[in-house]
Amino acid sequence: MSGGTALLDVSDLRVTFRSHGGVVNAVQGVSFSVEPGQTVAIIGESGSGKTVSAYAMMGLLPRSAQVSGSIRCNGVELVGCGEKQLRDHRGRIVAMVFQDPGRSLNPTMRIGPQITEAIRCHLPLDRAQAHERAVELLRMVRLPTPERRFYEYPHQLSGGMRQRVVIAIALAGEPRLLLADEATTALDVTTQAQIMDLLLDLQQELGTALVMISHDLALAASYAEEVLVMYAGKVVERAATRELFGNVAMPYTRALLKAIPRVEQEPHELLPVIGGRPPDLSTIVPGCSFAPRCPDAQDDCRQEQPQLEQHESGHWWACWHPCGKEAAQ
Amino acid sequence: MTPATPVTPATPVTQADTAATPGSDLLLEVRHLVQEYVLRDYGGTKGGVLQAVSDVSFEVHAGETLGIVGETGSGKSTLARSVIQAPPPKHGEVIFEGTDLVRLPHRAMKSVRRHLQMVFQDPFTSLDPRWTVSRIVAEPLIAYSVGSRRERRERVDALLDLVGLEPARYGARHPRALSGGQAQRVAIARALVLEPKLILCDEPVSSLDVLVQAQVLNLFEKLRAELGLSYLFIAHDLAMVKQVSDRVAVMYLGKLCEVGPVRAIFSEPLHPYTLALLDTIPSPEPPARKRDVASVISGEPPSPLDPPSGCRFRTRCPRAAELCAAEVPQLRALGDGRQVACHFPLSGLAQASATRAPLPLMRGRAGASGD
Repeated sequence: MSGGTALLDVSDLRVTFRSHGGVVNAVQGVSFSVEPGQTVAIIGESGSGKTVSAYAMMGLLPRSAQVSGSIRCNGVELVGCGEKQLRDHRGRIVAMVFQDPGRSLNPTMRIGPQITEAIRCHLPLDRAQAHERAVELLRMVRLPTPERRFYEYPHQLSGGMRQRVVIAIALAGEPRLLLADEATTALDVTTQAQIMDLLLDLQQELGTALVMISHDLALAASYAEEVLVMYAGKVVERAATRELFGNVAMPYTRALLKAIPRVEQEPHELLPVIGGRPPDLSTIVPGCSFAPRCPDAQDDCRQEQPQLEQHESGHWWACWHPCGKEAAQ
Repeated sequence: MTPATPVTPATPVTQADTAATPGSDLLLEVRHLVQEYVLRDYGGTKGGVLQAVSDVSFEVHAGETLGIVGETGSGKSTLARSVIQAPPPKHGEVIFEGTDLVRLPHRAMKSVRRHLQMVFQDPFTSLDPRWTVSRIVAEPLIAYSVGSRRERRERVDALLDLVGLEPARYGARHPRALSGGQAQRVAIARALVLEPKLILCDEPVSSLDVLVQAQVLNLFEKLRAELGLSYLFIAHDLAMVKQVSDRVAVMYLGKLCEVGPVRAIFSEPLHPYTLALLDTIPSPEPPARKRDVASVISGEPPSPLDPPSGCRFRTRCPRAAELCAAEVPQLRALGDGRQVACHFPLSGLAQASATRAPLPLMRGRAGASGD
């Protein structure tokens, strides 16, 4: 999509799973790129394919998944490359922060060794150096008294502190891209703000790119530079954050935005909702996948599938009848 | 269980023991509720006592929604469970329609409980996976021997209809064949089937997607309007609480910080913790990067096993002073239905009655004993 400077360049990524119900098309042609140091948010409901895309970028999909298209990361093609190459890639180029910090740490291991393990996987350091580096990482993620915490078990830490440890592990291989998959969803609002601030600060200090995957549009609005909205395995809208929220094109994005309860709203005011459910990904229907739920859908929406195209400078959308733009077209 | 004091039949009309109760519209009154958990060390020895809810008082009027906001571990779920006596609280009174539930014998409790229902966070763990939707919704009717078999079936169908599930299509399904939103609708139908007066909702939409969440929130709103229900609505999301509530109670580490009408709390928070919560809400508006968020509230919540002396929020409060460590601030009424538990509340309204020297407004951590 963009020039050769991109750190991550995903084009026409397709992922299908075979299940007993048939073939599930989890990701259906996703393209985007991330520049070094950029913050991109991928937004979507459960089942929209955002996590599967992230797993593909990490090379973490199970063998049963069929991946096609291209994921070029730091000049290396990941689709179809071997396990050995993926090992060099994971943690070193792209590292991931998972949703539940309780489950991504080993409960029977002190947190220190969990970090030094990751460090020594990637960097040629001896035990003492790795220990030193681990404490440094813990300090970097602002865990109080890191020397002492090094010897504690995950259950001795709060959820926010555990997520800091997970981030420290992700940073152990000095990756160029950090993937945060719902990294703050399991946390409280105040902790969420702290962790997001930490991620952005680290990004500025280290020049790491950040891809945050979330269902929370408001979180993306507050922290990301660019937002991709996914629906039913496709990117349906992509724009710089300010542009996206100020000038929504895709009716799905608009529906998402309106459905969020806001502090400015009066109590007991009903939220504008759309009916229906996301489509079944095992059958491919002609036309826009959002058409059955879309209030603006017309006949052509049900017949031909709109492609994601750049309609305005820096604003891509896949819609035949974008909100408020009908006249301009 | 609770000491069985002889109590008159549980018909919830006895207003005898609620001396101070004003009008009849008071539905639930919780007074000085304390709930403790005994922690066990290895081998079952007593490890310590965790006071999850510490001296909490509030009331819910008929037709009203009281929102309870707080972080994980603030005791909001424990509070809801103490209200329905599962388990009963250690101290305090839970007066529902004039009857103190804490002192009610176990048998009498059953007849009260049909007016008090609960909707839990995760519908899939609160519905029996082997039962059909119709059977799940019918179960409370069977438990209370309501109606004949046919009447029950009609009632179940009517309720599924009410929550937006076609009875013919969904009645015979099992929970696994439902989406999250549909399963939560079933849980709501089950809670409504006995025509309760008060529904306790413990994070009822937190596990749902944004669009489904909006649908379920609207359903709560519709039911409130149509059936005149009262809710005790627990959530960690302030914006959501504002959307459904008439009044809001903010909880921190087992204590109430602030109680008041929803508009007033959002336009003019009095407790520094409320302000901090308000400031951390990410807004879906075109972004003005909220990078100063961490400066408002810092540090981790302290352990409820060893809460700070005095005000429990003082270790994270930018306004904390010596007095805050020495003296527990009591929840005091300030007029206009507002109550706050803070020595140095945030607005002039509070300071007038607090008779303390006004402090500079927070934001930007003025000389606090921070983390």
